[in-house]
Amino acid sequence: MAKKFVGERVPRVEDQRLITGRSQYVDDIVRPRMVYAAIVRSIYAHARLKEINVEAARRAPGVIAVFTGEDVREAIGPVPVASQLPDLKIPRHPVLAVEKVRYVGEPVAVVVAEDRYQARDAVDLIEVEYEPLEAVVDPERAIAEGAPILHEEFGTNVAFVWQLSGGDIERAFREAEVVVSQRMVNQRVIPVAMEPRGVVAEYHPGEGQLTVWTSTQIPHLLRTQLAAMLGLAENRVRVIAPEVGGGFGSKLNVYAEEALVGYLAMRLGRPVKWIETRRENFLSTIHGRGQIAEVEAAVKRDGTVLGLRYKIIQDVGAYHQLLTPAIPTLTGLMATGPYKIPNLHVQVIGAFTNKMATDAYRGAGRPEATYMLERMMDRIARELGLDPAEVRMRNFPQPDEFPFPTASGLAYDSGNYPQALRRALELVGYEQLRQEQQVLRQQGRYLGIGISTYVEICAIGPSPALPFGGWESATVRVEPTGKVTVLSGASPHGQGQETSFAQIVADELGVGLSDVRVIHGDTAIVQYGIGTFGSRATAVGGTAVYGAVQKVKEKATRLAAHLLGEENVANVAFEAGQFFVKDRPERRLTFQDVALAAYLAKSLPPGMEPGLEASYFFEPSNFTFPFGAHIAVVEVDPETGDVHFRRYVAVDDCGRVINPMLVDGQVHGGIVQALGQALLEEAVYDENGQLLTGELTDYAIPKATDVPWLETDRTETPSPVNPLGVKGVGEAGTIAATPAIVNAVVDALAPLGIRHLDMPLRPEKIWRAIRGA
Amino acid sequence: MIPAAFEYFRPTSVKEALALLDHYKDEAKLLAGGHSLIPLMKLRLAQPRYVIDLGRVRELEYIRESGDQLLIGAMTRHVAIETSDLLRQRCPLLAETASVIGDAQVRNMGTIGGSLVHADPAADYPAAILALEAEMRVVSSQGERWIRAEDFFVDMLTTSLQPGELLVEIKVPVLPPRTGTAYVKVAQKASGFALCGVAVVLTIDQNGVCQHAAVGITGVAPKAYRARAVEHALRGQKLDASVTAAASAKAAEGIDPLEDLHASAEYRAHLARVWCRRALEQARARV
Amino acid sequence: MTRTTIEVTINGVRYRHEVEPRLLLVHYIRDVVGLTGTHIGCETSLCGACTVLLNGAAVKSCTLFAVQADGAEITTIEGLGEEGRLHPIQEGFWMKHGLQCGYCTPGMILAAYQLLQRYPDPTEAQIRHGIEGNLCRCTGYQHIVEAVRYAAEKLRSQKA
Repeated sequence: MAKKFVGERVPRVEDQRLITGRSQYVDDIVRPRMVYAAIVRSIYAHARLKEINVEAARRAPGVIAVFTGEDVREAIGPVPVASQLPDLKIPRHPVLAVEKVRYVGEPVAVVVAEDRYQARDAVDLIEVEYEPLEAVVDPERAIAEGAPILHEEFGTNVAFVWQLSGGDIERAFREAEVVVSQRMVNQRVIPVAMEPRGVVAEYHPGEGQLTVWTSTQIPHLLRTQLAAMLGLAENRVRVIAPEVGGGFGSKLNVYAEEALVGYLAMRLGRPVKWIETRRENFLSTIHGRGQIAEVEAAVKRDGTVLGLRYKIIQDVGAYHQLLTPAIPTLTGLMATGPYKIPNLHVQVIGAFTNKMATDAYRGAGRPEATYMLERMMDRIARELGLDPAEVRMRNFPQPDEFPFPTASGLAYDSGNYPQALRRALELVGYEQLRQEQQVLRQQGRYLGIGISTYVEICAIGPSPALPFGGWESATVRVEPTGKVTVLSGASPHGQGQETSFAQIVADELGVGLSDVRVIHGDTAIVQYGIGTFGSRATAVGGTAVYGAVQKVKEKATRLAAHLLGEENVANVAFEAGQFFVKDRPERRLTFQDVALAAYLAKSLPPGMEPGLEASYFFEPSNFTFPFGAHIAVVEVDPETGDVHFRRYVAVDDCGRVINPMLVDGQVHGGIVQALGQALLEEAVYDENGQLLTGELTDYAIPKATDVPWLETDRTETPSPVNPLGVKGVGEAGTIAATPAIVNAVVDALAPLGIRHLDMPLRPEKIWRAIRGA
Repeated sequence: MIPAAFEYFRPTSVKEALALLDHYKDEAKLLAGGHSLIPLMKLRLAQPRYVIDLGRVRELEYIRESGDQLLIGAMTRHVAIETSDLLRQRCPLLAETASVIGDAQVRNMGTIGGSLVHADPAADYPAAILALEAEMRVVSSQGERWIRAEDFFVDMLTTSLQPGELLVEIKVPVLPPRTGTAYVKVAQKASGFALCGVAVVLTIDQNGVCQHAAVGITGVAPKAYRARAVEHALRGQKLDASVTAAASAKAAEGIDPLEDLHASAEYRAHLARVWCRRALEQARARV
Repeated sequence: MTRTTIEVTINGVRYRHEVEPRLLLVHYIRDVVGLTGTHIGCETSLCGACTVLLNGAAVKSCTLFAVQADGAEITTIEGLGEEGRLHPIQEGFWMKHGLQCGYCTPGMILAAYQLLQRYPDPTEAQIRHGIEGNLCRCTGYQHIVEAVRYAAEKLRSQKA
């Protein structure tokens, strides 16, 4: 069937409410008799909780209740961790601290008052007596002898040791002609979704139901966990993710406040709202990255990489959040990147530190892998006197080698890596740039060209690989009028699937885009789903929609055949929204006619159920592996260390594209978050565990003026994993761009003998490196 | 996000404001554009019991010429200074400085008086105010006095204003012919405040000899300062690249640079030197 | 604490309320008046999500007390256009995919509104400078730049 919508730059259907201010985020929800919660948080990174005096707060105007950890420890279960690793140390993680606090920002008490101003006032009246303990913030120190222990029951700050091997790493190093090694720090960064977290909870005693509106990426998974934490039956908990103002992984979690506010609503019999401040968002919403690695590559003089050895220390933070331990395992799985590197060893040590937990932040473990490897490819090229593009070309698997097995045990679905890199090199005018670079160097100017070729693991993912299911669900419900309602288990929050799913459905059913409505994010309306993360919503969730719509079409076609008096269903065609018998095209039934007939049920084929809807749970057989090549061109001001962008070229291959405009948007946003990590962002804690970058005044995320024009292009290699051929694109930019930018800066400084700099590449760091060179 | 409670007053004249100030003394805070005070109040780093809002004291919002001086009311918004034709023609340095403060929304609310009195060591105006040798008129119920720019900034977040005094007017000179000015700024990427901001006023005669040089530097030290050593090295000299470079090398002489998360003392001093030279070159080109 | 009576006109509708002096304008607009299109993204006047027009000038409504706005005319996103009758800037954001999660969008649109009043035919640099006070974590800003250009063209052609 001709595609009217799929593949087109269709403007988003969700935008009308967003651009007119008519959308509803959590803080926009008002319930009758609603009260407000505010949280008292630890000001120490590590301390014993002695006494908490709440009397003054209880007496303060408007205050309804105050609870401490002791008050709720029996009533609310611990914050869950879903990931499993061998010998994983899982400390109890109470929703309000009990006995000890282990990071600045850890919830200690909660106040509920009639309005938000009164709740905030009462926070200041709560006196908490702490006995400060020595804190440990540096993960390397945390796992060394004599470090203060966060969780005494373990006697160590080592949360886990995880290893992955493929091939014969010892042999690779024996056969190496050159060994290149580099220590690299992938600094801790903070997601900073523009909408902070927030929760509204309301208990309906008549139905025994708790409704929780929360800014989440995973309403169903959260419902299951909340029910367990609060001791409720899962079918008595309704989680609604209303409009969600950005997540980037930071809302792919189960947070203490979500259970706590639910508890308060039940306990107090009034709806309760809690809205995170930006300061709280910095302190107590998950952070990302936080890896220190020693990387060694065994290489031949021609640039062939024989093997890679990684020793990684993952900064865990004080407790695990939902997926904390799983993140560095994704680093390990992707450690050989888009290259044929047959031998691999990865060791990851997780270290508890007196800081907020790290967890999934856009890319989640994969940007770390790509960063290390792409830095290494440049290091190898330099060491061997080869062109960095050439070294990459030499190590790529060829298109006919797919599915391509990796040393980490994955099977890359499809790809054409040389094509993507060639395209990027052409677009940027690589040869000419290299010549210009030579000329400028003679003039004392520092032009740098940074290449990053990447492959990512997306469409997460097959269920056996996940702590929860890795499938996604969809229901396609055709209403009697022929309008179509799609219920998706994915939970998009800006990615635009209300549009891309409608594009898929409209094309399949021959209806208009506005005839399709996509509903998601309400567990009382939508069948169980997994959620939106890991670049999975279109590749897995979209495929579920596609699967459901095929079932609907199949049933509608059978009904149409019956209504048209044709016994052989195969003779019935469905084109442009109309059914007809192939050799008798004059008599036609519209899709709407058939929908109505399905509900009127006056004449159904024997055995056919009335109605016209179908659900489909799509279980992917594999991940997908989008890939591409990014090239950054920068000039470094040798006097100040400032980095100025000249060009930024991105060639991405995310398989088949449903909506090119949305894909561009995802790529742009991803690149700019990567730019933030490469040049600006770092969560800085002082030695006592105080977060020094705890407000937007001190933590710089990119502004419009920090960003160059991004030149995007694509190649399109369909994925064989799903019938749509899509791979996913939500994280590509974040994964690809960080090393491209760092490689460009280091390349600019190459004449000075500078081989590596750790991020963020702020001007002072570059200036110091230049001065020290 | 939520300030502590306070009593609110909204005088409509300077006289009324002074009376309130006399009455509530240091328990009161003056609210001008609010862009220094309100963020501190929201974080509860400031919890005044009384807030005196100067927003309706219309008599303090003006930019006018008086002989060879320009007079600016303390409640004049940054945007008005940025876009004032009078200032752009007669004292472009002040307009240029205003144009890089914060962002468009901040410039619509923030006032020159509020910013100067807050005396943030990384604010933009102080550099220009120093380089222009501006004078500040302050009034109290006792009378009025003029404070020279160099005497105005005392230390970090501290001015020479006495309790009960209100800044009402800033006086800057109409710049003489053959004068070039420039304000350049390296912003702290998160806050937009200056890691280093250099304001330059240069007057050069027909022969290219520097008749007058004034350099104000902000962001680098606990308070904005005049780079006297730079000025001395320029005055009377025929300005070429080597003279400005040699002079700029003295841009951080005798100061104790700030050091924080965003830049070391050493780097701030270095920025002062580099950007002093760049500002001088720019100002020279504009003569 | 003494409460103060204020009168403001928001999107052409006059409101009169008694408020605590410390009530922030953004809380007044959202919680008292009930117009929730104006968002809150920080407490340090940096993110710009709370941008509204106050007597025609873009301001951050989290950095004003409601009492300061007494007597003022305020325009929020709800006053700029509506479904089916979008303002050209809203249309630009829609056609050029200038938003993803939408949280920064109302503030961004109002910042763009003022930008286009000052520069009817802005350069890329002027657009970026004009929205410097509005943070977006989703789009990477490029589509926003294109949205503002689209709106500029449309507004110019409407005037012509």
